[in-house]
Amino acid sequence: MSPEGPDLGKKKDPGEEPAAEGDTKLAQAESGDDRTRETISQILRSDHPAVVTVLAVICAMIVGAILIVVSDDATRSAAKYFTAAPGDTLTTGWDAVKNAYVALFEGAIYNPNGGQLLSPISETLVYATPLILAGLSVTLAFRAGLFNIGAQGQILMSAALAGYIGFAWDLPAGIHIIVAIIGGIIGGAIWAALAGALKAKTGAHEVITTIMLNYVAVFFINWLLTQTWFQAPPYQQAVSRPVDGNAQFWHLFGSGLRVNFSFVLAIAATVFVWWLLKYGTFGFRIRAVGSNQDAARTAGMSVAATYIGVMVIVGALCGLAGASQVLGEANNYHITASVDGGVGFTAITVALLGRGTSWGTFAAGLLFGALTAGSGQLQASTPTPPDLVQVLQALVVIFIAAPGLIRLIFRLRRSKSAGSAVLAKGWNG
Amino acid sequence: MSPELNNDSTDVVDSSVATVEVAPGKVVEQHVVELKQTTARRVGTGAAIILVGLITALVLGMSAGSQSASFDLNGSDPGITVPKFSLPGVGLIVACGIVIILLGVAQIVRGFSKSTLRWVGIATGLLFLVAFLTWAGTEGKQAVQIGSLLQQTLFLATPLILGSMAGLMCEKTGVINVAIEGQMLFGAFAGALFGTIAGSYFGLIAAVVVGCLAGSLLAVFAIKFTVNQVILGVVINAFALGLTGYLYDAMMANDATSTNQPDVFSPIKIPVLGDIPVVGSLLFNQTIITYLMYLIVIVIDVMLLRSRWGLRTRAVGEHPKAADTVGINVLRLRYRNVIIGGGIAGLAGAALTIGSVGQFNKNMTSGQGFIALAALIFGRWTPRGALGAALFFGFASALQTALSLLATPVKIDSNLLQMLPYLATIFAVAGLVGRVRAPAADGEPYVKGD
Repeated sequence: MSPEGPDLGKKKDPGEEPAAEGDTKLAQAESGDDRTRETISQILRSDHPAVVTVLAVICAMIVGAILIVVSDDATRSAAKYFTAAPGDTLTTGWDAVKNAYVALFEGAIYNPNGGQLLSPISETLVYATPLILAGLSVTLAFRAGLFNIGAQGQILMSAALAGYIGFAWDLPAGIHIIVAIIGGIIGGAIWAALAGALKAKTGAHEVITTIMLNYVAVFFINWLLTQTWFQAPPYQQAVSRPVDGNAQFWHLFGSGLRVNFSFVLAIAATVFVWWLLKYGTFGFRIRAVGSNQDAARTAGMSVAATYIGVMVIVGALCGLAGASQVLGEANNYHITASVDGGVGFTAITVALLGRGTSWGTFAAGLLFGALTAGSGQLQASTPTPPDLVQVLQALVVIFIAAPGLIRLIFRLRRSKSAGSAVLAKGWNG
Repeated sequence: MSPELNNDSTDVVDSSVATVEVAPGKVVEQHVVELKQTTARRVGTGAAIILVGLITALVLGMSAGSQSASFDLNGSDPGITVPKFSLPGVGLIVACGIVIILLGVAQIVRGFSKSTLRWVGIATGLLFLVAFLTWAGTEGKQAVQIGSLLQQTLFLATPLILGSMAGLMCEKTGVINVAIEGQMLFGAFAGALFGTIAGSYFGLIAAVVVGCLAGSLLAVFAIKFTVNQVILGVVINAFALGLTGYLYDAMMANDATSTNQPDVFSPIKIPVLGDIPVVGSLLFNQTIITYLMYLIVIVIDVMLLRSRWGLRTRAVGEHPKAADTVGINVLRLRYRNVIIGGGIAGLAGAALTIGSVGQFNKNMTSGQGFIALAALIFGRWTPRGALGAALFFGFASALQTALSLLATPVKIDSNLLQMLPYLATIFAVAGLVGRVRAPAADGEPYVKGD
């Protein structure tokens, strides 16, 4: 349908490794070219996660295309004389769809018509960084059977603390940024641990407490932004003082590109979460409590301590996201009421798309970051509203979350390897 | 719930037999066993109550102005007015504080049972509010407008109440609805669009129909494709936010007069009832959406406990397999309830556009669907509990507007004030409600023969 379809699909492949185990075994057992080819064609006709993901992206883009055509003025006016010249409607419709998707591609990956070569990629990584970090946080909470809607509040609190340390303290270069990052981690960790402790000690449901803590954080930031020791002179706008140069993340590829060291932190955090869930003792406890609380308790694990511990890590990950927002160039080194940039809620979708694995979340964060970066170009160069990106994001996750639907549309076979890995629990845990 | 209890102290303090009417004419005996709270929890809760009392008596009492506070119970547009009245300022505040402290002491000494404790909590909250409103009025320049405060409460709570009823319809039957926010957004959009094109009443119907469609989206994916319902809800919210934002930009932003300017419903005064002083103008001089809200709450509350539909709904939400065994069509009932729930959420959305400001804006629900969800959980999945919780949130928002118009003895920062209801909810959920139990099969897809 358009040139970037395959690219979007390809980018997600790293996230699909774990589920391929069954098929590799199959391939090893039956050696020989014919067998291998047969296995591959079997995978292509089954609901293997990689296949489902690619098909889901295609489906989402088709639905998005319908939306673009319907809302395009030129196409609508051409449709008024559809019976007289059906070709007009089709060409204008095709142009509208093509322009929109090409703009998305140019904004996210490569723009042949000018600007710096790496600029779109840099923008993608800037938008992807907080999404990956907050997405990992939501993923980890999911694995413990907790639904963390509080990423927004955790990001806000950590951005406030990291930013405050960044502009108010006077520390030498090198140390300042580290202290500011630690401040961010502590801010997020405390905010999340509150919800964890309330859940562990009193049974207060984390969905309620994290939503409420979000609101408290929003009003707290708004209050901070009216205080003279926090607000930037001349105290006209709700903007904080700017972060000191010593506490800013250094740029990875020169000051012309906004991508900075926080992306490296995002990679490190992904490795950490992957290691924790696969090899860490505490990760094992998280998974045990997440999959069966009663069994974990019977086995002698403290469910309460696990809840508090996991929420500390969850908050710390959001703390990194907050730090990346305020110490990186994403928000021009200022704290504002919208310093979270809506990442908190998008992170939930990212975590869902990542299917509960760290590398899946990483890939999903990259995809969503690319779409967000592309939406800027979409707004600049086409009449299609940039909210299209949000619709696409939601559609991809809907199609992926419902493999049954994809099976039905494409008449795929049900295979054993295709189970959902996300452990989103109901209210009763 | 039971596994949790093993951790707490399990001394049985009270075992009594209560009768519960599960269906008309069918009375079942239920053994009510109350478990003793741990000492730490008992003392902790008591100490928290005493702290509230001390804050009331000392902080509010000390900083209050010297005047007596006057109150005005008449809202806007009252039929028959009642005279304003005054209460002594400092004396009343300190008295409220002392009563709260006594409640806290009683809790530490003997420990109220869990159900009584809830009422103690509510009483504490009410006493604190009386003291707070008195405090706000002791500067004596203006009367505290209780009447319009309550009117505003009902106005702001209406979408929240409807939203939580939408959630209740789904969750009682075993389908988690995190998508209230998105369904409301769809309803708000459809209400504004069709209300402009074809009139407000048509907009109302369109909002409900579109809400039902959003509900059926949830139903089909949750029931037929057995998608994880929490995931689904989050995704439907994102979808609704994106789609309505997209359509707003594509249609409404450039052409507001013909797509985004519906007539707003005006209040309809009910004869006789509307003429009752105070209560009449508060409850019976409202828009059609508020009346529909009364109807929905009453119907759900009555039907859930006293009709065949209600019994079946609860059965399907608690134990679908058993319900299936006795011949209830589990999936059909779930479809029906989830779709109706979507319609109610659509109505909640309409309350925000054609029931209120008269135009749609991007993300105009701004988290109210989540507040409705919190109200549902806070209200322990009961219609009355959810109603009370939603009214509390409505009151909190109304109070903050009311106070900004009033010269209080000490200027309160509005941002810090706005935090209070959310902090209060956290305290209430942690201290008074604690572990809540959702319908047992909430969130679990039912596959026949599984």
